[in-house]
Amino acid sequence: MVLTRRIIPCLDLKDGRVVKGTNFVGLRDAGDPVELASRYNEQGADEVVFLDITASTEKRAIIIDVIKRAADQLFLPLTVGGGIRSVDDIQQILRAGADKVSMNTSAIQDPSLITRGAKTFGTQCIVAAIDVKRNYTPKPGVTIIHLPDGRICWYEVVIYGGSKPTGIDAIAWAKEAEDRGAGEILLTSMETDGTKDGFDIPVTAAISDAVGIPVVASGGVGTLEHFYDGFTKGKADACLAASVFHYGEFTVKEVKEYLRRRGIPVRL
Amino acid sequence: MTKIAIIDYGLGNLRSVIRGLEKAGAQAAITCDAGEIAAADGLVLPGVGAFCEGMEQLGPLRETVISSARSVPLLGICLGMQMLMETSEEHGIHQGLGLIPGTVCRFIRTPGFKIPHMGWNSIEVTNHDHPLFSGFGAEEYVYFVHSFYANTTPAYTLTSTQYICPFASSVANGTTCGVQFHPEKSGAVGLRLLKNFIGMC
Repeated sequence: MVLTRRIIPCLDLKDGRVVKGTNFVGLRDAGDPVELASRYNEQGADEVVFLDITASTEKRAIIIDVIKRAADQLFLPLTVGGGIRSVDDIQQILRAGADKVSMNTSAIQDPSLITRGAKTFGTQCIVAAIDVKRNYTPKPGVTIIHLPDGRICWYEVVIYGGSKPTGIDAIAWAKEAEDRGAGEILLTSMETDGTKDGFDIPVTAAISDAVGIPVVASGGVGTLEHFYDGFTKGKADACLAASVFHYGEFTVKEVKEYLRRRGIPVRL
Repeated sequence: MTKIAIIDYGLGNLRSVIRGLEKAGAQAAITCDAGEIAAADGLVLPGVGAFCEGMEQLGPLRETVISSARSVPLLGICLGMQMLMETSEEHGIHQGLGLIPGTVCRFIRTPGFKIPHMGWNSIEVTNHDHPLFSGFGAEEYVYFVHSFYANTTPAYTLTSTQYICPFASSVANGTTCGVQFHPEKSGAVGLRLLKNFIGMC
């Protein structure tokens, strides 16, 4: 009897539709996030993440409608991210039926958003999404990470989808987010995202060791073993993936059956 | 049709709670009206967030909840369950509703265990006579997210869960019950629990 490790499919949404293509057989509407989320639910997903890449205020009503429909049909935890800039935004998303909100660029620009969100709605619903990139030029005060190939680097927080470096040390920011009341960290490494070479293990393990809140590893899954490595070497509490699920390479159930065979506790 | 009043004191995602109860076969309403609460066949006390703020927000409805719990079944969920206990040590010692003997304690920081306890964990039914867990098997997984837990005696414990220490993941004093996990977020297993609760009302 233990807390199981979580497998979380992520859906990128634009104007209320799933962006990446899907290879699901028999979907009536492959672009409908609620229908896709419902498939993941049937496969045994532990949570679902909706990432709204439209993220503009005028289109907020569209994502609100998606959340409501998802909450009406799915009885599993739902995290929503993208374009959340105020306590009012958080409230709207939670009221619509989301359980957690994830904040990235907006939290870097105004860290008090985490503090205020956690104070108003509880730490359990505030997820600090952190995007990172390796920086091979050390500077004072950063956390030096030794990479498996012998090189050393530090991990820098990047914002605006990875396009803008901030000069902020990722490990320090993760600790600050925890202190401010974040209940979870969603860590995406730009080094591995989209590569299918596996999660960025060194930074995942470093952040998981540095904080006392759960860490979700994201970016780079291509094989079943990558999930295993995320939980073991990366010390992640949950693994998030998008394309391997959308393109039907694995079902959530196949991932979990594999993990159970390798001794990782999962809910099947 | 069984009428369930979901007590609205301004906290939490109530949409999933009402849809879950409807799906499980009840007529549910979100309300902060004392008359509507008193007229229901059963009550649900939901909630997420901090204990003292929850009790403060509940404020004027406190007596209504206590007196209704004497005549109809009540189900507290997550923070709503913790509020049924006598006291909590979250941000100082605060009084709860005192409907179930016991206290609310913080998980002790332990290497290898993240706090909050977040995700799917199993429950072991320790009281097989209570209708709330009727038909539950040996290992059922439900969704938890919490940093505090109820500390009570086996007499008031319905299910036990292991995380850092064994704790009461469900409690009851007669028909006043509470679950630390979220049945409205626990898929088919959670809906089964809501159905059992509706059956009690």
